[in-house]
Amino acid sequence: MNSAIFTSVAYLVGTALFILSLHWMNTPKTARRGVFAGVGGMTLAIVGTMFTPGIENWLFIAVAIALGFAVGVPLSMVPLTAVPQRTALSHAFGGIAAGLVGTAKYYLWLNEAPAELTAFRMTAIIAEILLGYLTFTGSLMAAGKLQEVKWIPQRPVTYPGQNLTNLALFAVAIVCGVILIVNPTGYPFLFPVVIGLSLLFGILLIIPIGGADMPTVIALLNSYAGLSAVAMGFVLDNKLLVVAGALDGSSGLILSIIMCKAMNRSFANVLFGAFGQVQKKVEGGEQRTVKSETAEGAAMVMEQASKVVIIPGYGMAVAQAQHRVRELFDILTKRGVDVKFAIHPVAGRMPGHMNVLLAEADIPYDRLVEMGDINPELPQTDVVLVIGANDVVNPAARHDKSSPIYGMPIIDADKARMCLAIKRSMNPGFAGIENELYFAGSTYMLFGDAKAVVGEVVKALSGGSGMH
Amino acid sequence: MHRTTWIAAGLAIVVAAGAGAAESATGHAPGSTSTLETLLYVFLLGSFIGLGVITRVSRLLHTPLMSITNAISAIAVVGSLIITGTKHPLYINILGAIALFASMTNIVSGFLITDRMLKMFKTKEPGK
Repeated sequence: MNSAIFTSVAYLVGTALFILSLHWMNTPKTARRGVFAGVGGMTLAIVGTMFTPGIENWLFIAVAIALGFAVGVPLSMVPLTAVPQRTALSHAFGGIAAGLVGTAKYYLWLNEAPAELTAFRMTAIIAEILLGYLTFTGSLMAAGKLQEVKWIPQRPVTYPGQNLTNLALFAVAIVCGVILIVNPTGYPFLFPVVIGLSLLFGILLIIPIGGADMPTVIALLNSYAGLSAVAMGFVLDNKLLVVAGALDGSSGLILSIIMCKAMNRSFANVLFGAFGQVQKKVEGGEQRTVKSETAEGAAMVMEQASKVVIIPGYGMAVAQAQHRVRELFDILTKRGVDVKFAIHPVAGRMPGHMNVLLAEADIPYDRLVEMGDINPELPQTDVVLVIGANDVVNPAARHDKSSPIYGMPIIDADKARMCLAIKRSMNPGFAGIENELYFAGSTYMLFGDAKAVVGEVVKALSGGSGMH
Repeated sequence: MHRTTWIAAGLAIVVAAGAGAAESATGHAPGSTSTLETLLYVFLLGSFIGLGVITRVSRLLHTPLMSITNAISAIAVVGSLIITGTKHPLYINILGAIALFASMTNIVSGFLITDRMLKMFKTKEPGK
């Protein structure tokens, strides 16, 4: 009896700590407190569960926990550029955990107490395994695409009737699920069928999605992982699971809505639109030219500026240029130049990716400015420096109705007095769309690897002072 | 905020209606109606609190937010522990142990990497 009270109190306090944990994430000042609250809540949940009567397979528990630590610790030490893959991978782990618990519960009740398989519980179990297994394979696919694993295609894969096939497959899974809900014991062979279909559906759902849509998809999978925990809470009649899962589910939902808004697209369009296929190049006849600039010239321009805004994108992460960018920030700031960073919500491969990379490079976070706050300042900005960003600065989004990114909010790099854009070559970006910004009159290209180019600019600034 | 709130409320109501209909259609499980009702209320309130709290999270911290919610959603550890630890047929315990391993991995790596990222957010240049 005492242990039951202890478990209840531990769960209750744990629930409160989880809510506080997310509450403290609202500013970087209190955010670390949020981690401690989260760890406290989780410890209470685990210890509380261990006091549940009937827990006796301590060897299994110890081995599983030890293995969890053995894999979890190295996974937490990945470089920050690999954080999107790590996040996708952890969604996969969350999905498989929910799926396996749902599976275990079904077979347990089926063989030992079929009367326990009420319609309500079966609904929850079906929801749990559908969400769990599709999150598992979907997240593995997403992680593979982000890690650029060889045998997983990076570009969206599409084929005729794709959406129809997917929908039909999902419908079959739902029908099997409903049959199981109505008659849980009559057709037990349908249970593995539902598992197989959701595993397959997870893969098919992610195959047509391109890299530029990964922030939305990762957030959406985050939401699914949370909802599968909610379903597990319904299966096990556990309120702590329901609250923690609901917190995670709503977090994923909000992040994916923010991402969708930042791309002016709907969920349906992200999931079924197969964005990012290579566009057929329109031969307009006119050969547009770009102007290029040298690193020394760029250094001189920035040195004489009073205000510089740097717009980073995924290319900065790929080139590992963030530490060079910090040196540039330092040297310009020291000379009295006002340097800020303009952060687009979908820059990078997951929500907030750029902020973390720049924070790692020791750039003070009060210099990282959101798109909506920086745009009014750009017409008064002397120089913007675009590093590895592409679609998020393409002015076509504002006026070209035929452009696939039309309507997407962008950072108005073209409105600054001068724009310097670092780019490897003139190939179009991930979304396969040509960028008008590069052809604008005020734009000068700096061709080369982002890390090398920024390094040369820094060298020119530190060595060549007073020389020109 | 308004739109997301409505979406969440709508979802919760649809789920509630669906589960309630399934329950009354079969007439199973005496006494479990109140459990269902409680859980639905908990889900509803949890979602509202989640939406309220998460919309206030600084945009700077969206990556750490994802990793901490990852760790928190590994609350599936509770279910995994019960399945692994209780005396059941071996294959059930093994399913539980795999789930427990997956959840523990998320808890450990989720909290550690969140803290590692948050330590990097500073307002001023560190003393040199």
